[in-house]
Amino acid sequence: MGEFNVHRVRFFNYVPSGIRCVAYNNQSNRLAVSRTDGTVEIYNLSANYFQEKFFPGHESRATEALCWAKGQRLFSAGLNGEIIEYDLQALTIKYAVDAFGGPIWSMAASPSGSQLLVGCEDGSVKLFQITPDRIQFERNFDRQKSRILSLSWHPAGTHVAAGSIDYISVFDAKSGSAIGKMLVDRQYMGVSKRKCIIWGVAFLSDGTVISVDSAGKVQIWDSATGTLVKNHLVSNADVQSIAVSDQEDSFVVGTAEGTVFHFQLVSVTSSSSEKQWVRTKPFQHHTHDVRAVAHSPTALISGGTDTHLVIRPLMEKVEVKNYDAALRKITFPHRRLVSCAKKKQLLLFQFTHHLELWRLGSTVATGKNGDTLPLSKNADHLLHLKTKGPENIICSCISPCGGWIACSTASRFFLYRLNYEHDNITLQRVSKMPVFLRSALQILFSEDSTKLFVASNQGSLHVIRLLEGGFKHLHTFQPQSGAVQSMCLLAVSPDGNWLAASGTSAGVHVYNVKQLKLHCTVPAYNFPVTALAIAPNTNNLVIAHSDQQVFEYSIPDKQYTEWSRTVQKQGFHHLWLQRDTPITHISFHPKRPMHILLHDTYMFCLIDKSLPLPNDKTLLYNPLPPRNESDVIRRRTAHAFKISKKYKPLLFVDLLDEKTLVAVERPLDDIVAQLPPPIKKKKFGT
Amino acid sequence: MADLEEGFTLTAVPLGSGPDGPLGVEQSDKTDQFLVTDSGRTVILYKVSDQKPLGSWSVKQGQIITCPAVCNFQTGEYIVVHDNKVLRIWNNEDVNLDKAFKATLSAEVYRIHSIQGTEPLVLFKEGAVRGLEALLAEPQQKIETVISDEEVIKWTKFFMVFRHPVLIFITEKHGNYFAYVQKFKSRVLSKYTLLLGQEGKCVIQSFSSSVGRKFISLMSLSSDGCVYETLIPIHPSEPEKYQRLVQSQLLKSVVSGSAQNGVALTILDQDHLAVLGAPLPASKECLSVWNTKFQTLQTSKELPQGTSGQLWYYGENLFMLHGKFLTVIPYKCEVSSLAGALGKLKHSQDPGTHATPHFVNWETSQECGLGSQKSEQSKRILRRRKVEVSVQPEVPASTQLLATIQKDSEKHIEVELRKFLATKRTPDFHTIIGDVVIGLLGRCKAEPSFYPHNCLMQLVQTHVLSYSLCPGLMEVALEKTDVQILQLCLQQFPDIPESVTCACLKVFLSIGDDTLQDTDINMESVSDYMDPVQDGEMEEQTAFLQNGFNPEEDNCDNCAQKLKEKPQATADESTSCPITPKRAALFRNAILHSAYSEMFLLPHLKDIPAQHSTLFLQYLYFLYLKCSENATMTLPGTHPPTLNQIMDWICLLLDANFTVVVMIPEAKRLLLSLYKFVKSQISICSELNKIEVSFRELQKLNQEKNNRELYSIEVLELF
Repeated sequence: MGEFNVHRVRFFNYVPSGIRCVAYNNQSNRLAVSRTDGTVEIYNLSANYFQEKFFPGHESRATEALCWAKGQRLFSAGLNGEIIEYDLQALTIKYAVDAFGGPIWSMAASPSGSQLLVGCEDGSVKLFQITPDRIQFERNFDRQKSRILSLSWHPAGTHVAAGSIDYISVFDAKSGSAIGKMLVDRQYMGVSKRKCIIWGVAFLSDGTVISVDSAGKVQIWDSATGTLVKNHLVSNADVQSIAVSDQEDSFVVGTAEGTVFHFQLVSVTSSSSEKQWVRTKPFQHHTHDVRAVAHSPTALISGGTDTHLVIRPLMEKVEVKNYDAALRKITFPHRRLVSCAKKKQLLLFQFTHHLELWRLGSTVATGKNGDTLPLSKNADHLLHLKTKGPENIICSCISPCGGWIACSTASRFFLYRLNYEHDNITLQRVSKMPVFLRSALQILFSEDSTKLFVASNQGSLHVIRLLEGGFKHLHTFQPQSGAVQSMCLLAVSPDGNWLAASGTSAGVHVYNVKQLKLHCTVPAYNFPVTALAIAPNTNNLVIAHSDQQVFEYSIPDKQYTEWSRTVQKQGFHHLWLQRDTPITHISFHPKRPMHILLHDTYMFCLIDKSLPLPNDKTLLYNPLPPRNESDVIRRRTAHAFKISKKYKPLLFVDLLDEKTLVAVERPLDDIVAQLPPPIKKKKFGT
Repeated sequence: MADLEEGFTLTAVPLGSGPDGPLGVEQSDKTDQFLVTDSGRTVILYKVSDQKPLGSWSVKQGQIITCPAVCNFQTGEYIVVHDNKVLRIWNNEDVNLDKAFKATLSAEVYRIHSIQGTEPLVLFKEGAVRGLEALLAEPQQKIETVISDEEVIKWTKFFMVFRHPVLIFITEKHGNYFAYVQKFKSRVLSKYTLLLGQEGKCVIQSFSSSVGRKFISLMSLSSDGCVYETLIPIHPSEPEKYQRLVQSQLLKSVVSGSAQNGVALTILDQDHLAVLGAPLPASKECLSVWNTKFQTLQTSKELPQGTSGQLWYYGENLFMLHGKFLTVIPYKCEVSSLAGALGKLKHSQDPGTHATPHFVNWETSQECGLGSQKSEQSKRILRRRKVEVSVQPEVPASTQLLATIQKDSEKHIEVELRKFLATKRTPDFHTIIGDVVIGLLGRCKAEPSFYPHNCLMQLVQTHVLSYSLCPGLMEVALEKTDVQILQLCLQQFPDIPESVTCACLKVFLSIGDDTLQDTDINMESVSDYMDPVQDGEMEEQTAFLQNGFNPEEDNCDNCAQKLKEKPQATADESTSCPITPKRAALFRNAILHSAYSEMFLLPHLKDIPAQHSTLFLQYLYFLYLKCSENATMTLPGTHPPTLNQIMDWICLLLDANFTVVVMIPEAKRLLLSLYKFVKSQISICSELNKIEVSFRELQKLNQEKNNRELYSIEVLELF
């Protein structure tokens, strides 16, 4: 297959934000996750846990609560006192409503989904009616003394439990009057703490209220009498989150020590019908606070300050013990944060609020497999570009020639012109962007850096010609038949004739850039597209889906290629299908049209279409190079998938030229080093 | 646990078979496909998981199929016989049976057997057997008559035993049953008469059999509703001789005795059998699964529309006729356990289920067995299977032995016992031994002077006993301070209660040296360990023990030295001469190895006198020092106690008796040295922890060094 010089890059200092809330939607099997920087991500648990949508964050919009209501509508509330509804089609914020109660700490949708309840800093609980296009304030519940940190509806919608500081209130949902109050013991291991914060409550249909608090207790109350039924001391630190299964036979709590406890309702003895809550399983998948938990019918989901989203299937609920039953840990976003100017060997890194431009180093030495070559020139940090305003960057791109940089936030689009004079770089912002270019979901430059393609969140695709010091709007492809379907992924052919765009769910559209019209649509597939690319010369469109299938579609012929059909007929190797991170980038060998390079977080793969496909009996991963073997054996064992797992976790891999690869790694240890220190737990002997 | 799943009907159209039900259900060469032959003219091939027929073949009007169709596994063809003599062979592609291969035979066929791995066999009504190939080569060949006139074949089965085909068939003549075993390797035909159980005259209604290592186990369901088992030897000692076989009762009243038709049984596995029939005279017919090991009903399923008394079992599916439909009930069975069996029993006693009365209660039958001798005998017949190929099958050897125990002298019992032990072991050997021990103990209690030490030794050495099988044995041995038996028991019984372990310990500690001297104790592990170790540390240790306590009592080194001082003593004398090695042997082999739970042991340990516990502590401490001499921290010898066992016992003893031991001046030095030892251990641990922390720092530094390189260019070759 050949030798490559690999630029192993570890200076992309990316740290994902901590997870603040998770909300599971049973109807669509989707999971909404909000992070401390205000970003909200939607994961499709049916599509191999793919992160299919995201809403960029905002500095002032720290989300404290997230919930689904009325089926598929997503709301969040935060410390700026606003309730926000998200537009899941256009991937924008639909509207924001101020609740006028100070920072909002908690939110809960009624079981019917028609009402929304928020708990505020000033001790008020406010009820909103959800109308088809907005929400409308309806009533205040009886005002409490201090902030409302948690809320839970009775499954029948008749009562509401609200966790405050030192006590839990029970409201009648109809009248809004407080009908009960349950005082929580402040004592913690015999020492009286200042305050006991009720971080979470859950109301069960039999009137039981479960509370979790800052003293490390999980308490089970009878709301009718207001008495404590059972007290479980689970942690020395705060218990910060709780989620109950729909059947009400199990619940999960997350603690500040990073432990997740599973509680189950089990019979006291084998024959009796009397049941009680028993702490059954502890899980320690986190190092830091578990700020949020969710309980899907088959799995426990948890997330917290250590930025991992952990999905732990419950083995007793999993029917088929296949690879889906394995633990998932999602750390990195399923989209590209790095772009590369191949000719100039430049890398552009996208952070929350700034961009970094680096130039790769070089070497004159050569070596054999495994060698680290001495550097004749080290990598340079060329540019640190901060965006103005509180909004997070959605996407960014550098042109292949390195002369242009574009990036976008939710309301502004930036285009910069770069000039290189020896070691000096001058940067010039292109001003007067047109009105329609206000925000972009994806930006792409053509191979010759003369055209800019922008996918806006209204579903339209803009084509812009770049001129020295200016630009000219060429055309806008409008979305098909009025359906607002935002395009998240773009690919352009190297000859600049074809543009492929894919939305969050429907098929891939291919446009003819010369004639400015829609050329064809690739047949829709059940799983979302994770990466797209068009091959040079052949103009074959390579599409990777979240179920790890890879298709090759010939744009000129408007049909799948012979190779793609062969692959589908034979099927991928089972280990290939069992990978649990999606392919986020595809590129091609500039000289060898038969080669496709693609990567996920834990491997990159060079597919040689001329070689036979691996079947389930062959070794997919060739860990060792063949030594002292005749060429015959080597040829017999060779298959099309050349996989390397040497570099991981990978954020980006690309071919700079036929002999050079660049791999951007982000070691987990480096991320951990930048997180706040976890709660120190005493270990024996230290 | 056995589990009958929800059944399903195989045929959507009722079989045109009338009340007789199908002629047979046979496996085909593909899994999940079965050949169903109805008693008229049709053979249908079904795919069971799809519940649909794959093919159907009929013979001409006027012809009638007389023998169920089978599949020839070697060729994949199907074979059927119609009009008793006409053989048809066809395969899947054939549409019409009339055009299929036809061979007319000279005698009437009873059944064709075909199993995987061998050619099909044809069994004629007169008892002769032919291989299919040989028969087809010459269809009109003469077929001899094997069974006598008026003898009718009732049931037949074909097995592979160690890759050799064996055919068994049962015939009946005037209410007498005969079993024929035909082996094809040696072409030997053995004939047996089946003697029915005690009741004598009852009609056998259904047979089933399975093949074991040495026996074919033939189970039969009689008209009295009981299941009997007969073991037919595969390799009889005198094959040509005419032999008799006794049936033993295996399960009682599994079906109502009055049920005349619609009963059938089939063996599911080693421990389970399925019975089809009405459990009570008035009730509906049921399919029930019984566990023969625990004699419990595992599960049952009511068949309200009645059944035909035919039951087939292939793979995981039970086939039967339910009403007019052929029904398949998938059956699953996990390994049976006592808990599972009892659990089901308990569950079924819930009010509302009517199936309770005909359970054989496993617990009560056990209690009776332990109770009186007489009732025990009769019960045992119920619980045991017996094989007697002997000429006088009337009195089993074990019963004779039990009678001997009751009256004869100790010497005589010993001789009889030796004879009994020399015979072959039956599957229920351990229960017989248990009964023998209980018999002996019963007599011990009745006659205080009677104590058959040698017999008990022999019995314990059979390695089949456990504490729960003969609960009185250790108590009696304790009473008689029979150290030898106690040692053996402690070594072999897996389930001794802590109180008894503790009582043994007390006896071992308190027994006089002179008594020990006379007894013969297994010393194999101690012998190696008595080698004197002549290094400084050991010397010091000896000195300490001498100061601490009476050296003669406990110091093995000392004893060993003494041994050396007596060169004139023979080897035999030397093992019996020193006192302490024997005691050490008792401790080491017996007590330290025994299983215990701290919770239950501690209260009993408190009762040990202070002097004795000090002695034991010293011995344990000595063992510990011995252990720590070598790097692997083990003691020499076979089955030495592990370091953990020693430490656990030291902790236990100290926990139990600390307040007492701390007051005894003799123990002071011991405690002091233990204290010093613990202190040093703690300091070692803390030092180790410190080292660990510094190692971790080093590791961290190392990692940082690797990670610090933020940028490098490496060469990678992809293969």
